[in-house]
Amino acid sequence: MATTYSRARKQRIDALVSSGDEGTSLLRDAWSRLRVSPLFWVGAVIVGLFVVLAIIGPWIAPQDPGAQVLIGQTSRARNAIAPSQPGFLLGGDTQGRDFFSRLVVGARQTLLVGIIATLIGLIGGLIIGLLAGAFGGWVDTVLMRIVDVMLSIPSLLLAISIGVLFTNPNLTSVIIAVGIPQIPVFARLLRGQMLAQRESDHVLAARSLGVKETPIVLRHMLPNSISPVIVQATIVVATSILDAAALSFLGLGSQDVSQPEWGAMLGEAQSSIDSHPQLAFWPAGAIIVVVLGFTLLGEALREAIDPKNRR
Amino acid sequence: MLRYTVRRLLQLVVVMIVLSFLLFIWLRNLPGGPVTALLGDRATPQKRAELTAVLGLDQPIYVQYFKFVGRVLQGNFGQSTGVSPGTDAVDVFFTRFGATIELTVGAMIFGLAFGIPLGYMAAKRRGGVADNSFIIVSLIGVAVPVFFLAFLLKYVFAVKWGWLPPSGRQSPGIDATRVTGLFILDGVLTREWDAAWDSVKHLILPWIALGTIPFAVIFRITRGSVLEVQGEDFVRTAEAKGLTSTTIRNRHILRNALLPVITVTGLLTGLLLTGAVLTETVFAYPGIGEALKIGFQQKDYPVVQLIILAAAAAFVVINTVVDLAYALVDPRIRAR
Repeated sequence: MATTYSRARKQRIDALVSSGDEGTSLLRDAWSRLRVSPLFWVGAVIVGLFVVLAIIGPWIAPQDPGAQVLIGQTSRARNAIAPSQPGFLLGGDTQGRDFFSRLVVGARQTLLVGIIATLIGLIGGLIIGLLAGAFGGWVDTVLMRIVDVMLSIPSLLLAISIGVLFTNPNLTSVIIAVGIPQIPVFARLLRGQMLAQRESDHVLAARSLGVKETPIVLRHMLPNSISPVIVQATIVVATSILDAAALSFLGLGSQDVSQPEWGAMLGEAQSSIDSHPQLAFWPAGAIIVVVLGFTLLGEALREAIDPKNRR
Repeated sequence: MLRYTVRRLLQLVVVMIVLSFLLFIWLRNLPGGPVTALLGDRATPQKRAELTAVLGLDQPIYVQYFKFVGRVLQGNFGQSTGVSPGTDAVDVFFTRFGATIELTVGAMIFGLAFGIPLGYMAAKRRGGVADNSFIIVSLIGVAVPVFFLAFLLKYVFAVKWGWLPPSGRQSPGIDATRVTGLFILDGVLTREWDAAWDSVKHLILPWIALGTIPFAVIFRITRGSVLEVQGEDFVRTAEAKGLTSTTIRNRHILRNALLPVITVTGLLTGLLLTGAVLTETVFAYPGIGEALKIGFQQKDYPVVQLIILAAAAAFVVINTVVDLAYALVDPRIRAR
């Protein structure tokens, strides 16, 4: 009976059950495999540099990314844009703004799109997956049917459908449109993990020791279900950045020119791609490198966490 | 098998019902509401009032929903307002459908033709130069936005070097007989080889651009699957029996390793459809993807809602068929 246990004793049992040697050795085991993986290091370095650039970008940008300082050298009639010159490393864009500064500042918005869209998917999926996995029964059935339907629409198509609902697309609407389609993916993943955990010995042990349902879900099942979710999240950051770029390309991206974002810059560049391909190549290159970085990191984590690879 | 089939088909029905409900809510929330969605911004007030009454927008919401479902089941989506003004949205869809089929099927064949052999070779030489370089190629395939790759291919092979046509589906001078709406098949059936070859030339770059998506996925699945299967006991048994390596590869390894590839082929349909929107736009290729892009720009919601419903329905139906095919091959699935 749960009531026969004193509070302190119950906490001690909880602590033993949830953070036993098993947990730490699993992490250490994964780290030992990550440390020697070249995929991990390449991915980690790219992502690390990107995050640093996203944080310091607005301070190190040589020019104001919104100011049309080079407008004098820009002519629509002659199809001319400002060339590279001292102080303006990559010249101007079609609006006479410093292209290099826009790229540097754009890192932050791009990271924000990737991270916040992933968080929307993660938190939404966490809530649904947790409810379904914890309660089971009809709650599970209803929630999973909704998830099935959301999964039945290709994610970019769902993102496009959500994107058109906004009359004035901006960074926030893009993030929402890209993030919502990720919810069912995380929900399915987490529910599967929770179901497996329900049947596991350590949950049975906790339950037989009289631990209540809520702590079992939050402290025993959730922490043990989370590692494949983290892997998925890393990869979703990459796909979110790509999806946001696709939305911009289709004209549903952020129209807010004061906040440059690589996907939006690439979308803008398509109209002048034949005369000024460099305006497309730089943001595209930046997106490719960053997406590659997050993908490599995710793949390396997946391999390291996969129990099949344990020795 | 019968029980499994019935269960899967019932699930399909449930998904389609919920889908119709979502589409209904979506349509009601489009900027300007369904009247503007169907008539466009520039409609006269009388026409708006008329359509409001015709659509029954003054009636209770559940009545409206059933009317909406009725219209959809009758194939009445209204007239196109932007892609091809005045034409029935259903006609717009079907004139363009063949183009998208040619594009996506070709891209899928590209993905299978390169993904499976390279995936097998990479698994056989795990950790070697070939393995690592194929992995890098497939990862770059994932990281490069499809539309940017399409731009690059178009810029280099069509605009700069002029080897292949940069846009469209068939050259203007070609006078081809239409039979099926699939231009390559038409050319072959009517023995108009020039027309068929002309269509193929228009499709080579879009096929490659779109084909990188299935290639990257199929390559990775095949590689992982072959790695897993080739360590199994039955492969060692086959080797011990002294079978030739060709027999072991074809009858023992590939036959088992390709099962996950079947499943993923169904899931890839969704990615192919969205990829087709981007690819068709870059190459001004007149498929349903380009119609979707134009539809969004010009707020041609009759066409847009039809394409979204059709794409989602195609995706669900194809995955049901794939699941059934899988259950036919693997009896363990049916028991679940």
